Amino acid sequence: MSDPVLNVVGISKRFGALEASRDVTLDLRAGEIHALIGPNGAGKSTLIQQIAGWLTPDAGQIMLNGDDITGLSAAQRARAGLGRTFQVSALAMQDTVLQNALLGALGAAGRLSLWGSAMARGEIRTRAEAALDRVGLGGAADMRVADLSHGQRRQLEVAIALTLRPRAFVMDEPMAGLGGQGSRELTALLDGLRGEAPILLVEHDMDAVFALADRISVLVYGRIIATGTVDEVRANDEVRRAYLGDAA
Amino acid sequence: MNERWLNAAVVAGLVAFPLWALWMDEPFLITLATRAVILALAGVGLNIALGLGGLVSLGHAAFFGIGGYAMGILASHAQAYAPIMEWPFLIEGTKSMPVIWIVAMLAAALAALAIGALSLRTSGVYFIMITLAFGQMLYYFAISWPAYGGEDGLSIYVRNGFPGLNTLAPAPFYGLCLTVLLIALAAHWQIARSPFGLALNAARQSPARVETVGIAPFRLRLVAFTVSGAITGLAGALFADLNRFVSPVMFSWQTSGEIMVFVILGGVARLFGPVVGAVVFITLEHWLGGLSDYWHIYLGALLLGVVLFARGGLIGLVAGRGGHE
Repeated sequence: MSDPVLNVVGISKRFGALEASRDVTLDLRAGEIHALIGPNGAGKSTLIQQIAGWLTPDAGQIMLNGDDITGLSAAQRARAGLGRTFQVSALAMQDTVLQNALLGALGAAGRLSLWGSAMARGEIRTRAEAALDRVGLGGAADMRVADLSHGQRRQLEVAIALTLRPRAFVMDEPMAGLGGQGSRELTALLDGLRGEAPILLVEHDMDAVFALADRISVLVYGRIIATGTVDEVRANDEVRRAYLGDAA
Repeated sequence: MNERWLNAAVVAGLVAFPLWALWMDEPFLITLATRAVILALAGVGLNIALGLGGLVSLGHAAFFGIGGYAMGILASHAQAYAPIMEWPFLIEGTKSMPVIWIVAMLAAALAALAIGALSLRTSGVYFIMITLAFGQMLYYFAISWPAYGGEDGLSIYVRNGFPGLNTLAPAPFYGLCLTVLLIALAAHWQIARSPFGLALNAARQSPARVETVGIAPFRLRLVAFTVSGAITGLAGALFADLNRFVSPVMFSWQTSGEIMVFVILGGVARLFGPVVGAVVFITLEHWLGGLSDYWHIYLGALLLGVVLFARGGLIGLVAGRGGHE
């Protein structure tokens, strides 16, 4: 078994009386998609926020490629190699698709010069265009993001994460709001990404989860109640009772 | 009309205006146009923070006033042949515009850096109030600074000099101010197209996105705020030189509001927005001010119309959508 790329060890987070994360431990290994599922209010987004650096855990440790990133800001974690997508698209809506992708490439390269043109041809632009081609948005590079469909915005989120050449992806409900066709297309896209970097996937779309996940962790009331392969989790009685129900 | 053509027409108009005024034997109009050009420069400074960075600063008068006082202090000591300080090292006054400009920009940039470092930790209405508070702090400081005129301000007998130019004549001074304005516009244009500008623009729209690609929005905004303050400070130095007078009014919140009006009137984030805004403002002030003491009512109505019906400002009205509205 390969060493984990991302290691979350004993994370706890409390908001007053509410214990949003309770001693959560999980890992993400090279080449895998590890899905994190759970009912609404289970603490999935809170956990993702802590991993990505938007919330500080009360206790625990987050390691990326063996380095402790618990004390780093979101921007520092991104530079360390954590590529994140949002549950609700966070994009520069008035800019073009290419400009959004360039932003990622510029951030990854750490080149924010006051000189020259951001649109200049070169390594940065090539990287941005390659990421757009990879997600199927190459033909929409000059479109304004505000004019994109919901599904295309999801694809663009993934493209921006790709420009960072991340060591690990953290994706928060990428299928949210997509129809059947859009969901299938994005599922195929994510399936192909696991070779580039492993994905920690928070998702409600169980068809997508079962199609993609190598392992699944089930979060209920801030606590992971089971981790295993799709079949193992499906067969777990506690998971059935707490989340999947008889349909699983 | 294409925005580029509109911008070119504005530049052509600004270049041709003094020739027309001289031909009409109306040198006062050149002084009036100089005032518009200098205020436009102040607006170009604010437009970098407001237009590109989305930073609604109601304290840019602080930088305008610092630039003005930099000129006033340096020139007043030079004309009195009294050094500004003798210990631990000698600093003398100067009547040289280039030196004054550098000092004004550095002082305003430092102030912007300090004010920005504190105020940019907030956003929205809190940012507006903190920048306003800093501006008012400097306003009251200037009022209570008797060494440099206190409430009465500080007069300079003769306008400062620029190598090879008779700055006392209206037309050459106008040309000098216009050249500075065009250089500042070129700087804005370059910042907007640069990688830094792309990130700053994105941070205005989605700070979370920028942070997620490894860029700290705070740093982007602090750089933009500092550059913005330096340009507005330069405008303050020129404004004080135009009037040969500097007073605490330059620091007042009304001044901050007027600079913001130039930008909104012309078009936020539009390259020539502050230029069109300042020209329209000064034109209204001159014409309507002659008709009524209450000309601000008409200006207010115009501003209301622009905000409600032409959110791209007057430039947006003519050239269509763009920038950000």
